[in-house]
Amino acid sequence: MRLSQLKVGSKGIVKEFTDLEMSIKLMEMGCLPGEEVKVERIAPMGDPIAINVAGYQLSLRMREASTIILL
Amino acid sequence: MKADIRVALVGNPNTGKSTLFNALTGLNQKIGNFPGVTVDKKTGYCDLPDGRHAEIIDLPGTYSLYPKSRDESIVFSVLADRKSTHTPDLIVVILDASNLKRNLLLYTQVADLKIPVIVALNMMDLAKSGGITIDIDALAKKLGVQVVPIAARKLEGIDKLKQAITYANKLALQESSIDVSAIAPQLIAQIGEEMQVENPYFALQLAHQHEHLSFLTVTESGRIEELEHIHAFHSQKAQATETIARYNYINDLLYDTVQKAESAEGETWSNRIDRVLTHKIFGFIIFFGILMFIFQAIFAWSAYPMELIEDLFVWVEGLIHNYLPAGPLTNLLSDGVLAGLSGVMVFIPQIAILFAFISILEDTGYMARVTFMMDKLMRKVGLNGKSVVPLIGGFACAVPSIMSTRTIENWKDRMITIMVTPLVTCSARLPIYTLLIALVVPNKNVWWIFNWQGLALTAMYVLSLISAVIVAFAMKLILKGRERGYFIMELPVYRMPRWNNVLLTMYDRSKAFVVQAGKVIIAVSIILWVLASYGPGNRFEKIDQKFSKPEYTKTVAPADLKRMIASEKLEASYAGVLGHAMEPAIRPLGFDWKIGIALITSFAAREVFVGTMATIYSVDGDADKIESVKEKMANAKNPNTGKPVFTLAVAFSLMMFYAFAMQCASTVAVVYRETKDWRWPAAQFAYMTVLAYVISLITFQLLK
Repeated sequence: MRLSQLKVGSKGIVKEFTDLEMSIKLMEMGCLPGEEVKVERIAPMGDPIAINVAGYQLSLRMREASTIILL
Repeated sequence: MKADIRVALVGNPNTGKSTLFNALTGLNQKIGNFPGVTVDKKTGYCDLPDGRHAEIIDLPGTYSLYPKSRDESIVFSVLADRKSTHTPDLIVVILDASNLKRNLLLYTQVADLKIPVIVALNMMDLAKSGGITIDIDALAKKLGVQVVPIAARKLEGIDKLKQAITYANKLALQESSIDVSAIAPQLIAQIGEEMQVENPYFALQLAHQHEHLSFLTVTESGRIEELEHIHAFHSQKAQATETIARYNYINDLLYDTVQKAESAEGETWSNRIDRVLTHKIFGFIIFFGILMFIFQAIFAWSAYPMELIEDLFVWVEGLIHNYLPAGPLTNLLSDGVLAGLSGVMVFIPQIAILFAFISILEDTGYMARVTFMMDKLMRKVGLNGKSVVPLIGGFACAVPSIMSTRTIENWKDRMITIMVTPLVTCSARLPIYTLLIALVVPNKNVWWIFNWQGLALTAMYVLSLISAVIVAFAMKLILKGRERGYFIMELPVYRMPRWNNVLLTMYDRSKAFVVQAGKVIIAVSIILWVLASYGPGNRFEKIDQKFSKPEYTKTVAPADLKRMIASEKLEASYAGVLGHAMEPAIRPLGFDWKIGIALITSFAAREVFVGTMATIYSVDGDADKIESVKEKMANAKNPNTGKPVFTLAVAFSLMMFYAFAMQCASTVAVVYRETKDWRWPAAQFAYMTVLAYVISLITFQLLK
């Protein structure tokens, strides 16, 4: 399951990333393997999304969310 | 001021770094440039308790030493360049206590460079209310550095931090975080040996970033590249390994120093606000409501101070004419320099007001939400969620809007935004449109509420937005983006704006605008003044002689005579000569030489058009006299055909020209300031002029 497939309000735990470059940026922002993520909301036009991770809110595009694989 | 110690501020975005910078330096700060890059260098001075002066450098907020944008790339190069004039003696890392884990990543990277470091632990109040308790002494002991708890917004702990800076150790005594050498042992060893770099993390960073570091020679950089190939170094893999190792260290560190109360996850109030503000329907309604308010405020609130500034300059001009001997130097001072200066100063209220709103929107966290909502829409045309604010600000004035594009990290998106923002109908075009529309569009109602003139004006505004979108889309296809487009962005919690920060931003931006754009505007104004006040040969004397004859002085009122002289002189001046010279080129657009002069004189600023028209058609160049300019223009007849000069076709062709042409020296100057490359304003000027010419041509030929 990928983060982009998660519904609003549901949670998951980060397992791994499919894109190395994106993974570095995400990890620097505290979005690491083992962290719990929760989809807070989706932008009015369906993209980007806002997730809660490591105690704060992070927004990312669907394309970027699809590089995050959940447990 | 001479500094005894140089201190660099480093931290994540949204940690209160700028607030701390302002708290330490007050108004005693300036914006300069880092040599060779387009990043602003914010420095300020601060008096230390022992009487020494500290120079504080505010480095751009970043999540890591590995840069993701141009702004961020400056951080490592400033910290690493040991020979430069801005190399810091001490680093203050500001950490958000409510999000310590993520913040500590940057700290561990900075600490491993082995430059003396102090930690300022900000937002302790927020952490406490979030149920987080931090054992500060234990943390300081584990890190091996001073940790000073502060509340930058409330100015708490600032004195303690100043003390810590005063008594900071000159040696880097902090504990190392991870075993850096393990990441690429041979490469680090060899770089260290060949470049005399003792610090392994410094050597590793050189391997990662050597291409962007200006203090390395080409040979040095080439050698590092070679070594990377020899040791099969993969930059991204090494970064990932390093980041994971650092988080392992941080987890150990936080295990017995930070306790988080396991509270039931209730909905935070920030989340509740988001539900409304980013709502599918209400979100957009509220956003457009706020925009309308800002747009109105920029017009309404700036009117009075702008008038005041203009009056002030008129008063000073009067003083100069009264007290200085009449002559070309006095005229140059009053009509050239002062006129140019007032053209700059008059924008200050609009700039200050726009930036006040922008800094409030940013401070509260609302801007990040606007970006979030608009991103998809804007991305379709090659822009970015963050382009919304500059584009809307463009309705007031392109100058502050172009300055506000700095929030766009992606280089290509930012350049496209800068390139299309001047197309949006700014307030300087308004007097031209109202004058020309009143001249040719009947003041009649269609249906009940719609007025033809109002519809024409609205059409001009809508057209400007459509053209900006189309040009943006074209540039999206032309420009090559070097950076990969990210939208991984923190959505900070909603907060009250910091009012002193709002005031500082207004002051900073206005000052930067006056100083930087002012130089160019004054130069252009002086050139235009010379062109309009002097003519080839003795043409001016002849005009003076002609009008000093009794048939004029006896029969014509002195005020009218003055205007007749001014009008004839303008035709005889270099500007007039230019107008006649360019007439063949602009005749297909429906313009005669008089409009040609107005095009030349309004090059520096569009609003000069009305004044020039007033002079040419021999009426007072006073903005209040628009009615009379209109009448004169309406009565103007073509001497050859006897038909009116300003037909529907000419007026609309002229409006199209002003809609698309880059008739604004301030914008040219600010685009140069923001891009630090003359090719951008040149390209912008070229494409806008071509567009203006072609669209005017089509308009005139179709309506003729």
